[in-house]
Amino acid sequence: MASNEEILAGLAEIINEETGLSTEAVQLEKSFTDDLDIDSISMMTIVVNAEEKFGVRIPDEEVKNLSTVGDAVDFISKAQA
Amino acid sequence: MTTIELRQAPTRAHSRILGVGAYRPSVVVTNDDVCQWIDSSDEWIRQRTGIVTRHRAPAEVELIDMAEGAAREALEKAGIEGSQLGAVIVSTVTHPYATPSAASLLCDRIGATPAPAYDISAACAGYCYGVAQADALVRSGAAEYVLVVGAEKLSDFIDNSERSISFLLGDGAGAVVVGPSETPGIGPSVWGSDGSKWNTIGMTHSLLDVRDLSEEAERDGAGKAAAVLGTEAKIWPTLRQDGQSVFRWAVWEMAKVAKQALEAAGVKPEDLGAFVPHQANMRIIDEMVKQLKLPESVVVARDIADAGNTSAASIPLATHRLLTENPDLSGKLSLQIGFGAGLVFGAQVIALP
Repeated sequence: MASNEEILAGLAEIINEETGLSTEAVQLEKSFTDDLDIDSISMMTIVVNAEEKFGVRIPDEEVKNLSTVGDAVDFISKAQA
Repeated sequence: MTTIELRQAPTRAHSRILGVGAYRPSVVVTNDDVCQWIDSSDEWIRQRTGIVTRHRAPAEVELIDMAEGAAREALEKAGIEGSQLGAVIVSTVTHPYATPSAASLLCDRIGATPAPAYDISAACAGYCYGVAQADALVRSGAAEYVLVVGAEKLSDFIDNSERSISFLLGDGAGAVVVGPSETPGIGPSVWGSDGSKWNTIGMTHSLLDVRDLSEEAERDGAGKAAAVLGTEAKIWPTLRQDGQSVFRWAVWEMAKVAKQALEAAGVKPEDLGAFVPHQANMRIIDEMVKQLKLPESVVVARDIADAGNTSAASIPLATHRLLTENPDLSGKLSLQIGFGAGLVFGAQVIALP
C-alpha cells in the first residue's frame, strides 16, 4: 500500500508521460481540466495507467467525480485500503 | 429397414479475400463546417480526434447506391460475376427499413439473385462479423463466393448540434469478396459482445417512441411531443455515445482482443504488413498501436483523417486506400479489428488481396 505522497508522485509520473507536464506542476489542489489542461481522452489514459500502477479499479462513473489531483489521490488511497 | 445416410456439403480447407471495393460520397464536410453547428474549432477537433474532413452523401445518394458502388468494384477486382455469388451480406445500422433487408435489394441490383442475402446489425464491428461469417460459409461449403459489404449513411441519423458523436461521423461503403483459396487467407475470428454496456453507444430512443411522439405531435403539436422524452428530445432518433467510457473500452479491452487475434493466427506483430483498426478516433488508433507494440514496418490505416468514422464501412474503406497507396502490401498480412455499439467486437488477421 502506498502513502498519499507516493500516490501523488506516481500520478505525477503518469501525467508527465501522457501530457509532458513537469511532475512539480502536479499538486493536490490542481484541477485536471482547468489547471493542468488535461482533456477527457488523456484523463482516461491516466486513469488506466493509475489502475495498473496502484492495483485499484476506478470505474467510469467515478472518473467524472475526480476533478482535482487530490480527489484522485484520495480515491486511490481509499481503494487500496 | 435401410438407413439413409444424410449427405453434408463437402468442406474447404481455406478461404481468402479476393477483392476490395470502395464508395466514397462526394460531399466533403470540413471542421469549419462542423463549427457552424457546435461551439468548437478546427484545432480542437483535430487534436481530440485526428479528423480533418468527413465525406457525406447528398440526399439523392442512398445507402444502397453506395453499397452497390463498393460491391461492383469488389466483384471486378475479384474477377467474379454477381451471378457467381453464393451469399450477400450487408453490415449496416443505417438502412432505413427494419425490413426488407438492404442485402436482398443489393443482391438483385448486382445480378446475384437468387443468392441468400441478409443484413448484420453489429455497428462498427459489422464488417469483421461479416468476414467471420463469409469465412465460415466458404469453408463449410455453404457458399463458394460471398460478398460482404459495410455500408453506412450515418448522416441520416445524426444531430449536427450534438457534441458526443455526430461531428465524428461520415458516410461511405466498402466491400470484399471472400472465396476459396489454396492457402490460408483468413485467420480465426476473435469476436464477441458485451451487452452490459448496451447504453454506451446507440440511438437516443426507439422506433416505438417515434410512433408515440409522432401521434402526440399530430394531436398536440411538436412541443408537447418533445416533452415526453424531455425538452431537448426530437422525434427523429439520432446517435449518442458516452465518449470517455467508449475510449477506455476501445483502447484497453480491444488491444487485448487484437492480441488474441494475432495469437490465434500464429502471427507476431512484426509479421504484419498492415494494421487496420476501425477508424473511430485517431487517438484510439495511436494508443492501440502503442499497446500492441507494433514495429514501424507495419503500415497503420489512418483513413479517419479524411473520411471520419464510417462505422461498418471504415475497415474496408481504409483497406482499399492502403492497397491503392501501397500496392506492395498485396499478399501481406493485415490485422483488422472492429468495435462499437452493442457493445460488439470482431478481429482477424487476413491476407491482403
